Amino acid sequence: MPLLDIDNLSVTFQTAGGLFTAVDRVSLHINPSEIVSIVGESGSGKSVAMLALMGLLPWTANVTADVLRFDGQDLTTITKPELRKIIGSQMAMIFQEPMTSLNPCFTVGFQLTETLKIHLGMNRAEQKRRAIELLELVGIPEPEKRLSAYPHQLSGGMNQRVMIAIAISCNPRLLIADEPTTALDVTIQAQILDLLLKLQKEKGMSLVLITHDMGVVAETAERVFVQYAGQQVEQQSVKGLFARPHHPYTQALLNSLPERSNSRILPSIAGIVPGQFDKPEGCLFSPRCHYTTNLCLAKPPLPGPADFGYALCHYPLLEGVPTNYPGEVRA
Amino acid sequence: MFGYFFKKLLVVVPTFFGVTLVAFVFIRTLPGDPVMLLAGERGMSDERHAQLMAEYGFDKPILVQYGIYLKQLAGGDFGTSIITRQPILQEFATLFPATVELSLCAMFIAVFFGLPAGMIAATKRGSIFDHSVMTGALTGYSMPIFWWGLLLIIMFSGILGWTPVSGRISMLYYFEPVTGFMLIDSLLSGQEGAFVSAMSHLVLPAIVLGTIPLAVIARQTRSAMLEVLSEDYVRTARAKGLGPQRVIGLHALRNALIPVITVIGLQVGVLFAGAILTETIFSWPGIGKWMVDSIFRRDYSAVQGGLLLIAAIVMFVNLAVDLLYGLINPQIRHTD
Repeated sequence: MPLLDIDNLSVTFQTAGGLFTAVDRVSLHINPSEIVSIVGESGSGKSVAMLALMGLLPWTANVTADVLRFDGQDLTTITKPELRKIIGSQMAMIFQEPMTSLNPCFTVGFQLTETLKIHLGMNRAEQKRRAIELLELVGIPEPEKRLSAYPHQLSGGMNQRVMIAIAISCNPRLLIADEPTTALDVTIQAQILDLLLKLQKEKGMSLVLITHDMGVVAETAERVFVQYAGQQVEQQSVKGLFARPHHPYTQALLNSLPERSNSRILPSIAGIVPGQFDKPEGCLFSPRCHYTTNLCLAKPPLPGPADFGYALCHYPLLEGVPTNYPGEVRA
Repeated sequence: MFGYFFKKLLVVVPTFFGVTLVAFVFIRTLPGDPVMLLAGERGMSDERHAQLMAEYGFDKPILVQYGIYLKQLAGGDFGTSIITRQPILQEFATLFPATVELSLCAMFIAVFFGLPAGMIAATKRGSIFDHSVMTGALTGYSMPIFWWGLLLIIMFSGILGWTPVSGRISMLYYFEPVTGFMLIDSLLSGQEGAFVSAMSHLVLPAIVLGTIPLAVIARQTRSAMLEVLSEDYVRTARAKGLGPQRVIGLHALRNALIPVITVIGLQVGVLFAGAILTETIFSWPGIGKWMVDSIFRRDYSAVQGGLLLIAAIVMFVNLAVDLLYGLINPQIRHTD
């Protein structure tokens, strides 16, 4: 039985300019102790989907799902106090900006022991012992001293380690890491990723890694979900995805990796993710796709078969070539 | 922390000198001279006038007068009232507790109602409560104190007859001041009904004086809270599974308080300015009323001394607020 089951999760926001769909029928199944990655550009709804799962979206958000189940518990009907018992303990999340994600007015120790007190009911002595243990676990030197430090006295990398310590404090079964390395220096990025992988292995927890970095995906995840403009366009094993992408967007993403490029100019995907006011009628990727036909412009595609990675495309790619494609492929 | 305190102190000293100059010059730009007022309706001869002017030192060039004044100040001498011939410091000290009592109660009302109102308005942004609080705050802030005071007197003292019109306590009670605070002294006196009488005298002026700070605090709390609620660390707090009381009342409020504390400190100056009007309307025997009377009497030294003392107190309170600010916000404490 999967640890996390999400079927057709949609998130819409009522804005001044009308209804905006940030997440459009996304499905996600994560097994215990599995590492899964969600990739996509900024604005593709990766974070929003996970925040919806955690119940952290503002009240302006309207969240619907056919199935939203964590560890056998139905999250669609759960009350808020019950959800609060799960998040922070069984299901934890770390964020992109470590410098602003910790409260500047409280010490590291205070913020770290809070979950221990609330979820595990530890007394002060136990809290302190566990806090030191956690800081040691995430590789913070002189943990006892750091307990009384404020976030602004630590570097970004250190703060992210503290965030990780807070997240794993109650031994969660699922850890969601929302671009955990984006705001950090390259050398620190690798350290934080290694730390996350080490902890995942030691604790046997499931890890959802939200990223826009294909390199990170290749190094860490077992399965990948590719998201574009709020829609899931493809899901595959990492190996399969890198070898045989089925959606033109995935292919374009991989082509724009510097290490895969052999031309003088780095290939890029022209244009940007459509926003609220310029959503195309047909396929959302059609304005930026190499293979767009009249059908793509007119009709939104349906998810393809499993051996095509459920690719959301009228002409899913096979060995880099679109199938059932009318006419010649433009170079 | 020490460096932070020292820096703040360095600013206070020149400000204090500025205030002595302003206090000194302002009263002398008013038309009329104190000696003529002393003489009253009978008037006086030119020789007598010149003699008195010389006696008080008003015939010397203004710069020399200022120099003498500064010299006296350096010796801790705030001057002597021209009218009552009492030392300014003594008069001030006698009346000051009444003003402090009034201001403290006004501030208590402002914080006690303003802070929660702003917090709830922010968490329920766009709700009817939010709109009512903000409309109320704007109205309260825009209302002239004298008009608002008179309205309340007409309503509660005139029509309803619930509260007395003026003074600090009913004439029925007499006891020697111990702390100078009527609420405490009336309790200490043990006289039956004295405390209630003191309370009923205090409540209207305190509401009047507290209205503007209440409005300012409510608005500031709301906007600070709104800003803080959208911060990443509030999301982190919620992601930890903390309840709304803890997220808003601890994680968000602690950060929102930083600008609010500053504003509360600044309101102390507003309170003293408001006290002048409020005390005059309610015949509250505090330094506000005393200052107004002194201005009408052209009591140069009383106005000078009073202004200086009030300014010193406001500066002191703001210094204290700055220190408190440092305590609440660790970033300030550690960087300076």
